[in-house]
Amino acid sequence: MEHADGITPRRRRVRPLPYVLLVPATAILGLMLGYPILRLVTLSLQKFGLKQQFGAAADWVGLKNFRSIFADAEFWMVLRRTVVFCAVNVVLTMVLGLAIAVLLKRLGSKMRLLVTLGLMLAWSMPALASTVIWQWIFDTQYGIANWALGRQGESWLSNPLTFYFVATIIVVWMGIPFIAFTLYAGLTQIPDEMMEAASIDGARPWQRFRDIVIPSLKPLLLILTSLSVLWDFRVFTQVYVLQRAGGITRDTNLLGVYAYRTSFGGNHFDKGAAIAIVMVTITVLLTVFYLRSMTKQEEL
Amino acid sequence: MTAALPPITPRPRRRGRNVWVNLLGLFVFAIAAFPVYWMVLTSFRRGVDVQKATPQFLPSPGTLNNYRKVFKRDFFWTAVKNSLTVTLIVLVAALFVAFLAAVAVSRFRFRGRRAFVIAILIVQMVPAEALIIALFRILDGWDLINSIIGLSLTYLAFVLPFTIWTLRGFVANVPKELEEAAMTDGSSRMRAFMTITLPLVAPGLVATGVFAFIQAWNEFIFALVVMNKPDKQTLPVWLQAFNEGAKGTDWGGVMAGSTLMAIPVVIFFLLVQRRVVGGLTAGAVKG
Repeated sequence: MEHADGITPRRRRVRPLPYVLLVPATAILGLMLGYPILRLVTLSLQKFGLKQQFGAAADWVGLKNFRSIFADAEFWMVLRRTVVFCAVNVVLTMVLGLAIAVLLKRLGSKMRLLVTLGLMLAWSMPALASTVIWQWIFDTQYGIANWALGRQGESWLSNPLTFYFVATIIVVWMGIPFIAFTLYAGLTQIPDEMMEAASIDGARPWQRFRDIVIPSLKPLLLILTSLSVLWDFRVFTQVYVLQRAGGITRDTNLLGVYAYRTSFGGNHFDKGAAIAIVMVTITVLLTVFYLRSMTKQEEL
Repeated sequence: MTAALPPITPRPRRRGRNVWVNLLGLFVFAIAAFPVYWMVLTSFRRGVDVQKATPQFLPSPGTLNNYRKVFKRDFFWTAVKNSLTVTLIVLVAALFVAFLAAVAVSRFRFRGRRAFVIAILIVQMVPAEALIIALFRILDGWDLINSIIGLSLTYLAFVLPFTIWTLRGFVANVPKELEEAAMTDGSSRMRAFMTITLPLVAPGLVATGVFAFIQAWNEFIFALVVMNKPDKQTLPVWLQAFNEGAKGTDWGGVMAGSTLMAIPVVIFFLLVQRRVVGGLTAGAVKG
């Protein structure tokens, strides 16, 4: 640090207090997040299978694990599946979330309270409980979905496509409330005069939506979409639980579950770590995008 | 149709539209709330009623048997105890650690402050699911598999970024001038802080505390991997084991278990959600 401009010595002294206050947080984050990330990297560069789990020395193998997963057609299949699943879920969550936000704005106060209450219930449910409930709704024998659709004994979870249909319903059902509430809050910020002026000028509802609402919400939409992408990219619990209920795993793995199964099911911690690294890398790239849209919003 | 026509209103078109909007509202409410309703309803149903070909949508004379079964099931109370212990440890530790950090970031200007805040934001986005593998190896090396401490430490690390980020906003919203006024009246900095700032930040502490509680209470994947002995299971892992074991034959029991697991979360969530929502999009937060 330069002090050519004659700053008084008092200001130059480094005050230790803020650093002291940060010690516990930094220690825990370093130990339980920083170190695991580092360990993930080293695992992915070692040979780490069953033997190493029981104490054999782990040899360094360079990028061999990455080469082997990249050469595996299944990895690319899972990656593609994960991207498509994520995209479908994000689009559905955002579109329906925005529609419900607009609906909330239109509703009278009593109905709005009712809808808010319903969304809150859905939002507050633990992921595991939600998955188990939907599993019950789509149960082959007594599920209410089969009854409503008049299909007897339709087994939703044993076909990849219907499996993802159920998983998507769960993820979107859980994801919409947050999006809808946040966008509704954004909608209430748009001055009524602006909308009135536009309708006096003869703008149709659709035009007002396209030319006023969407541009006003754009920053918010950007942040929420990035967050949804990050969340839906890492979906785990829903897929894991449905797999356990349905029996097919190979055709329904998403990246997170795939890394987990490679490590704990197949005892290939090294390859599992390499897959996880790919997942983290993609997430970090997405996060950078998210942060850029967010830091434009406010000063850190 | 012989029904009487509705009386003519001054603005019939608007009326007509409102009916559609309200119907749509009802529809959204039904879709959102139905699964939760269905869970609670099923949890009070007798086995024979659950397995009826035509489902009944309204409450009928039910039974508490499903709940009795859950209470008597192996390891249920151990799981409750484990979940409560982990949750309380995480809650207290997260509040304490996050509060110190939040004060540092929002009350002081120092070298590295911006870097810390950005690191917090990035770290918040690291998918926990990807770290299981490494964390399992690490905890195994420290002999912390099937240990409440190991699981609590893990959860702590995962809730800290968000709790720091949210508390930072609450602390920043308390005007520094208030503290300074107290200090010119002769209070020490510490005293001024304890008597002025802390009470004003209390609602923020409650909100963030509940957030940490919910996270730790709901978490499934880490608990599944790290707590693999039956007597070490937390509630979600216990419920999933029950669910898998029942193989679709005891939906009443599984739904009773889900209801019991969800109740505390739903209550706490409804109490504080207003305060926490802002944190994620950070619109209300100023540093």
